[in-house]
Amino acid sequence: MAQYSLYVNGVQKTVDVDPSTPMLWVLRDHLDLVGTKFGCGIAQCGACTIHLNGTAVRSCQLPVSAVGNGEIVTIEGISENGDHPVQLAWIKEDVPQCGYCQAGQIMSATALLKQNPNPTDEEIEAAMAGNLCRCGTYIRIKKAVKEAASNL
Amino acid sequence: MANKNVNNSRRFFIKSSLLAGGGMMLSFPMLEACNFSPEQVATMPKEWFEINGYLKIADNGLVTIMSPNPEIGQNVKTSMPMLIAEELGCNWDDVSVEQAPLNSNKFFHQMAGGSTSISAAWTPLRKAGATARVMLTKAAATALEVEASELRVDKGTIYHDASGRSIGFGEVASAAAVLDVPEEVALKPVKDFSIIGTSRKNVDAKKIVTGESLFGIDYKEPGMLYAAIIHPPAFGLKIKSFDASRALAMPGITDVFQFENYREGQAKGAFDLKAHQTQIAVVGNSTWEVFQAKKLVDVSYEEAGDQVNELSFFGRTNTVKWPAGLESTRQHKEQMNAAEKGPKRTERKDGNPEAQFAAADQILERTYYAPYLAHNTLEPLNFFADVKEDSARFVGPIQLPEILEPALAARFDLPVEKVDIMMTRIGGGFGRKLYGHFMLEAGVISHTIGKPVKLVYTREDDMSAGAYRPSYQVTYRAAIKNNEVTAVHVIAGGLPESPLAANRFPAGAFDHYQADSWTIDSNITTGAFRAPRSNFMASAEQSFIDEMAEAIGKDPLDYRIALLERAKSNPVGERNDYDAERYAGVLRLVKEKANWETPKPGVHRGVAAYFCHASYVANVVDVVVENGTPKVDKVFAAIDCGVVINPDAATNLAEGGSVDGIGHAMYSELTFSDGAPNQTNFNQYRLIRHNEAPKEVEVHFVESDIDPTGMGEPPFPPVMGALANALYQATGKRLYKQPFMGSQA
Repeated sequence: MAQYSLYVNGVQKTVDVDPSTPMLWVLRDHLDLVGTKFGCGIAQCGACTIHLNGTAVRSCQLPVSAVGNGEIVTIEGISENGDHPVQLAWIKEDVPQCGYCQAGQIMSATALLKQNPNPTDEEIEAAMAGNLCRCGTYIRIKKAVKEAASNL
Repeated sequence: MANKNVNNSRRFFIKSSLLAGGGMMLSFPMLEACNFSPEQVATMPKEWFEINGYLKIADNGLVTIMSPNPEIGQNVKTSMPMLIAEELGCNWDDVSVEQAPLNSNKFFHQMAGGSTSISAAWTPLRKAGATARVMLTKAAATALEVEASELRVDKGTIYHDASGRSIGFGEVASAAAVLDVPEEVALKPVKDFSIIGTSRKNVDAKKIVTGESLFGIDYKEPGMLYAAIIHPPAFGLKIKSFDASRALAMPGITDVFQFENYREGQAKGAFDLKAHQTQIAVVGNSTWEVFQAKKLVDVSYEEAGDQVNELSFFGRTNTVKWPAGLESTRQHKEQMNAAEKGPKRTERKDGNPEAQFAAADQILERTYYAPYLAHNTLEPLNFFADVKEDSARFVGPIQLPEILEPALAARFDLPVEKVDIMMTRIGGGFGRKLYGHFMLEAGVISHTIGKPVKLVYTREDDMSAGAYRPSYQVTYRAAIKNNEVTAVHVIAGGLPESPLAANRFPAGAFDHYQADSWTIDSNITTGAFRAPRSNFMASAEQSFIDEMAEAIGKDPLDYRIALLERAKSNPVGERNDYDAERYAGVLRLVKEKANWETPKPGVHRGVAAYFCHASYVANVVDVVVENGTPKVDKVFAAIDCGVVINPDAATNLAEGGSVDGIGHAMYSELTFSDGAPNQTNFNQYRLIRHNEAPKEVEVHFVESDIDPTGMGEPPFPPVMGALANALYQATGKRLYKQPFMGSQA
């Protein structure tokens, strides 16, 4: 076990965990931030997507020991009141069915739009291809990303 | 089940009125569970009054509606309260929805299965709303000193037009709550609906997009431990012995032990059975620690031998045989080919098909195959349990809580009323979370360690735990004479069940028709998967009908309509279980909306239609060829599911069903070697991704005032057939084996 001081959603947090512990489980089990989801554990489904220094990463493959002073943002931290343009677009398009993958989808979408504020269909598909939606809401996700892009 | 499934709305009204008669007032803490806006919180009510089991009204007019059924993404947490709100006559913006716990005294049919939530709730939930409206109106009549018949209700306010006075629901809620519950209430005609039939946003949307704790896997309590499970890697194996010393030496690990899902002599049920009933639990302080320690338990396995399970299944007892051995997909295919030629059960026979085949100019015979599929709900199997000597509490994702409750009571030797089940939002069901063995497991682990625990499966545990969509094979034969199909013969089977529904179309459309079934026992366990059996038969049947049409030179869409017209005007047999007019209706609608005769240049199209869960769906799929690779461009869906409750949410389900159908038909399979699944995570098991989804799904509903029927499952099966037919048009190659893009086996 080792102590780590982490910068999560703008707040300094300290955890005492094994260095191999993925950020996914640090967030969920130790910091009570359960919006980041467990889906596969091998970076194949995208449900655990968070931002590390503004870039979308799969938190199930990010050991806490590799985070250092990096800035972590999770679904709970992308806006104060749930009013990030991507979140609002998700509600407007009524995207979710079961909803389980959507936090990861939103984290991938916000990272994409930060890099590329006006992505084409193909760019959206490529950036989001790592996020599975078992309910098949891909069409609405794409619509919502475009809607958010127009409101950035 | 049978007792609970009957319409017992009478019972809940009596029960609720008793509660209400006691002057039911609810205190503040319940508000924490609600989703009111900050503005509403500012005017927080002081008192809530329970009008009946489904709804409470506050002194300021806010309404809380209990949503009784598990939410698996089919949107019942929004659409079921809409039924109540419609008849109540409240303002939808004043409604807050709460997930009800399992409570068979207050609610009924608390399940997510068979696309039945809305159809079963249609009358009772509207009655719950209407009864409350009548009670509120009566209380208003007393307050205003007028006759109730002179009053009218609109958006939470009761108006006396003659005097120009009005009174809000909140002002009369306390008086209404103690009134007798009326026996009979009139329900609105469809034309007067103002909430049903209008699109309302998912009531959990804000919580979903902000990452609030909603799902079972998110649930935690102080003092709770985490558990992982070890089951054999292959069907046909059992645990022989294990050494936990390395695992127990790991930090954070508190217990490693072997356990039995059932007590000695406990009756097993079809919805609590797992292939592996002796397992190992690894318990500790965090999920990661138990997942890591699990890998360090040294387990040796041995062959399980023949197993026979007597299962209770909706009041009947079924004998399920699991033969000894380590099965493989290669062996399954050989078994299926042999079984087709072996003894079969004839489930329906009209006319004299043998004579027609003997006299035919041409016999068209095609064999279709589909592999096992894993449900792969994105939220892996998990459950919270806190089992004590005198009570047990469970929190998590379960589609069939009312069936699991007695099984849990039996397992822990508790009266049923001492078992509490809270349903969380479910991160994907698709049938997998009907099979609640993971509740038993979480309960046994909690009981053993004497502490609350959350059991979480890894993806690999989830994908290797069984309850799969069965593997199926069907052969269709058509006798053709003088350019007409004179007889159809279907021979369908699978491991371990046949997918045949002998009285569905095309039964009824041919004078000479035969439907035969065969089955093969297997120790690989299977279960319901979105639109069971239909999820294969639609693809096979609709592909074959396409080939029949081609063989006799008919347009495939018009040929289907002609067959249905025959089945309507002069049906063969009396047991046909579909309405030929509604069936043809969705084909006509999709023909018009897709502009069937004149596709856009470069577009190759296929059509299909299917009936299941009492609803009718027709699809046209448009395929384009990009750089030599066929790609689904667009899907048209025409749906007749009676009254549509929440059109945009239903459209979402139809879009998702199309993507799901295309994905599974194109890419997904679960294959076996030596009893073990070859795919245990998403690097091996292919699910459809963003870049593979169609660009658009255009959904049209048949306008209808018929009582609503299934919506979650019906959009899934037919798109696979339309896809196969479109791919044929694009490539010239008929597809008989799923996954269409090729098997890894």
